[in-house]
Amino acid sequence: MTMADRKRAARVTVENVSLRFPLYHAGARSLKKLALAAATRRLGRDSGSRVVVEALKEISIGIASGERIGLIGGNGAGKTSLLRAIAGIYEPASGVVKTCGSLNVLLDPNLGMNPDLTGRENIFLRGLYHGLSRPALRRLEDDVASFAELAEFLDLPLRIYSAGMSVRLGFALATAIQPQILLMDEWFLAGDAAFLEKAHTRLEDLVRGVEILVLATHQEPVVRKWCTRVILLDQGRVRADGPPGDVLDEYFLRSR
Amino acid sequence: MTAAGKAAWRDLAGGLKLWRLVWALGWLDIRLRYRGSVLGPLWLTLSTAVMVAALGGLYAGLFRLQAADYVPHLAVSLVLWNSVAGQVTESCSVFVQQEPVIRSMRMPFWVHAGRVLLRNLLVLAHNALVLVPVFLLFGIFPGVQALLVLPAMALWVVDGFLLALALGAICARFRDISPIVSSVAQLAFFVTPVIWKPELIGARAALLALNPFHALLEIMRAPLLGEPAGVAVWASALAYSFFLVAGSWALFVRARPRLAYWV
Repeated sequence: MTMADRKRAARVTVENVSLRFPLYHAGARSLKKLALAAATRRLGRDSGSRVVVEALKEISIGIASGERIGLIGGNGAGKTSLLRAIAGIYEPASGVVKTCGSLNVLLDPNLGMNPDLTGRENIFLRGLYHGLSRPALRRLEDDVASFAELAEFLDLPLRIYSAGMSVRLGFALATAIQPQILLMDEWFLAGDAAFLEKAHTRLEDLVRGVEILVLATHQEPVVRKWCTRVILLDQGRVRADGPPGDVLDEYFLRSR
Repeated sequence: MTAAGKAAWRDLAGGLKLWRLVWALGWLDIRLRYRGSVLGPLWLTLSTAVMVAALGGLYAGLFRLQAADYVPHLAVSLVLWNSVAGQVTESCSVFVQQEPVIRSMRMPFWVHAGRVLLRNLLVLAHNALVLVPVFLLFGIFPGVQALLVLPAMALWVVDGFLLALALGAICARFRDISPIVSSVAQLAFFVTPVIWKPELIGARAALLALNPFHALLEIMRAPLLGEPAGVAVWASALAYSFFLVAGSWALFVRARPRLAYWV
């Protein structure tokens, strides 16, 4: 991260964004998508009469520095797709996504974790994925090692870790890098019990330090506690956008 | 330049900035492949050495060639061909294999292509050790000619890189391509002078100009054996490379925005 990035206020602009997934490979994965899309009535056909799933339809959202967004909606509403579009992973079929500021997206707790490498090697590799300098790598290692409490396991391969140790390492790594814009899926809100309290504090510190948070979640208490604005997605469209109280009441009223 | 072209250049610039990651990933692939084995990547060297010894004895007899003439040619050709074939076949899985990373973080696609290229260069470096005893045994000292390996190597790196991007993208979109590529690579092994020498087919050697693998192999092989590669061979290698690079780049520019959807 350069100094220039730091000085400018973070901003996310999503203009008229639509995401379409053509279904190419009729394998298990595609069939799952197809079934899910049929269930949520998002199937369509493109010009070449291929089956396409419309994950997002003409979404426009502006997010300013300081905002904490909660993305809610049922399964297949497009929450994760929207996170991926903002992160620049999926380039939209139409519309524009603009982001200003450093960005990190937490979707997969085991991202880039290699079971044959030691904890230390995994930390090092993750740091390289983020383009960290040598001193920053050292700091990352110290930070993650002390949080994950792996002690002598740090130099042993991941494959022999207990489930709890893997979770701690994954969580510590994911939350060690502080961006200006943080996009999160809700996986990290689960963890083993003893570790939860500490994880919570760490997560709160991370969230407090970022300028923009976009959180896709199902958990109402988390949204009420953290978010300043809630966006309700339904079948790829924005159904409601406003303060948590209003939107949540509407959502939970309808889903009951 | 179009917006898609600019985005592809940004992808390249971003990828170059992450060279330390590419380096670490390339080495990692090698290390993991041979984790727990005593010889490690030297197994590659050993298996190539055995192949050179076995084929050298057999085919020198079959083709009625002098061992001193044939074995160095075979050793250099095999080492180089293994690298070409490895790069071609592994190019197919460049993006498909990295699906979890591609779908969960923003990462220049060049990183994945660079990783495969580097991995193959490291394999080549290990295999090349076979040439040392062969050269000593048959008293071959390429001398200054060998310096021509450097520009040839540079051309290989550029070609291999773009091939990885293009084949990786095509194979992500059309899953049937990668078995086709493997069969083509196998076919190419037989129609390219790797285990045989161009002199053996007489007048038909002129047809070799149509084989892009021949020119690309020859610009590396000739200087290693201390012979000049010749202007014609270099011209043809450069021409084939030009088409490969231009075609691959055009393909990558078009495919890049859709790659995350395809993998």
